[in-house]
Amino acid sequence: MAKTPEPPNGYALDAKGVWAGYNGHAALEGVSFRIEPGCLAGLVGPNGSGKSTLLRVILGLHKPWRGEVHVFGDRSPPQTRLGYMPQSEVVDWSFPVTASDVVLMGRYGRLGLLRRPRQHDRDVAMQALERVRMADRARRRIGELSGGEQRRVLVARALAQEADVLLLDEPFAGLDATSQHDILELFAGLARDGKTLFVATHDLSCVAACFDHAVFLNRKVVAFGRLADVLNEEVLTATFERHLLLLNVEGKIYAGHQ
Amino acid sequence: MPGISDFFESVREPWTLEFMQRGLIAVALVGIVSAVVGSFVILKGMAFIGDALPHASFGGVAAAFALGGNLYLGGAIAAVITALLIGFISRRAGVKYDTAIGIIFVGAFALGILIVSRQSGYQVDLFSFVFGNVLAVGWDDVWLIAVVGGLVLVAIAAFYKELLFIAYDPSMAAASGLPVAALQYGLLALLALTTVIALQTVGIVLVVAMLVTPAATAQVLVRRLPWMMALGALIGVVSAVTGLYIAYYGDVSASAAIVLTATGLFLAAFLLAPQRGLIIGRVPQP
Repeated sequence: MAKTPEPPNGYALDAKGVWAGYNGHAALEGVSFRIEPGCLAGLVGPNGSGKSTLLRVILGLHKPWRGEVHVFGDRSPPQTRLGYMPQSEVVDWSFPVTASDVVLMGRYGRLGLLRRPRQHDRDVAMQALERVRMADRARRRIGELSGGEQRRVLVARALAQEADVLLLDEPFAGLDATSQHDILELFAGLARDGKTLFVATHDLSCVAACFDHAVFLNRKVVAFGRLADVLNEEVLTATFERHLLLLNVEGKIYAGHQ
Repeated sequence: MPGISDFFESVREPWTLEFMQRGLIAVALVGIVSAVVGSFVILKGMAFIGDALPHASFGGVAAAFALGGNLYLGGAIAAVITALLIGFISRRAGVKYDTAIGIIFVGAFALGILIVSRQSGYQVDLFSFVFGNVLAVGWDDVWLIAVVGGLVLVAIAAFYKELLFIAYDPSMAAASGLPVAALQYGLLALLALTTVIALQTVGIVLVVAMLVTPAATAQVLVRRLPWMMALGALIGVVSAVTGLYIAYYGDVSASAAIVLTATGLFLAAFLLAPQRGLIIGRVPQP
């Protein structure tokens, strides 16, 4: 693994020996990794590998037993530096709110208690919706949107937080290939804009297609770094606890079962 | 045309009586506050606690009655303590939320029955709390309902943004730095106050209907929470007025008539809503 010098503003994410779990059962066992700013990084692992727990630890929603995660060198980063997109399945899609209502919620953390959203907040929310090409759906009730559109609304909410680091939990799950492709393209564009994206997923094909970096997690970090350096069959076998094949077709890497 | 003037006379007649005026104001206010608070109740799946708090408040009402204190105050204290205990137990004891509700509210209700069973003779005052007695509401009750209900509405308006966020997506709200636990306790306390002011108008057994039915009817018809609250409040008031007419001319229980009117409006919306109704909703939209 090639050693790169530490970025001038510090690593976007720097996890140092994180142990965490529930009711005495460890979900994360000494997790350490670093993510450079401005890259599209995958957090890859099977179900139950601790991906969501790790995101909750980074967000400060779950207290680790030991260890810590620094965000741009900060031990306890201001919440405004971190944007978050929860798993789609934990979101209540029958709730009576419109797409723009949901995106505006991304501003609430910055506003603080009792203060109402101002025109500036509405402008930021609208720009976020435009960025994910959902501006024409702004007034739709969220339950009326398609799966891909719902996912883009959640991304827009994370963007409206105006955070440097976006943590996204399973943004591809349950989407058809076209919608997955749209979301991937959107992520790549955001990384080009300088955002750092840390995307939890169990979908290897999405990661292999266009991610820069990846952390392979199975309660412990199996490997992390540039995808070209760490994506090999040995790492995949250790991460998913089964043998996976890697195919290199015209410079594109595909992962699959035997 | 005597027919028409007769009709207008019978529309006007009930409201010439002061007890009908008081009852209308009280139950209309209760309808408005209940629908606004009830919107959060149904969106968060809190209907069970909406039923539990009025029952639990009976313990406080009975205790206040036995001690010669203010019945509303006793009920309010019991309801708020119950709400906070339920939140506390489900957070700390590893018991599921609805189990905690079941344990606590039945205990408080049983305490009320125990106290009442020690009192000599049947107490009309107490039973107006159990089954509701809109027409026995006094002006002091109306004032109390107006002041407490007004405070509940002001609190919800002030914290609307936060309450919306924690109702819709609590984990994201916590990640944004909002004090989620405090806000959830606060919402429970507002719910407790709402159930107490609803007690004497519709009674312990029917309070949950005022919380749930108008808001649910509105949810079928509109697409945003502020409109759901506003329409729910209007449906609450319409149910109150219609129910009082039915009670006046039909000589039936006012609280039952009000609740059944609300139920009827829900069924109408359920069947006929333009987008999601059972009948009209089936017609393909252009």
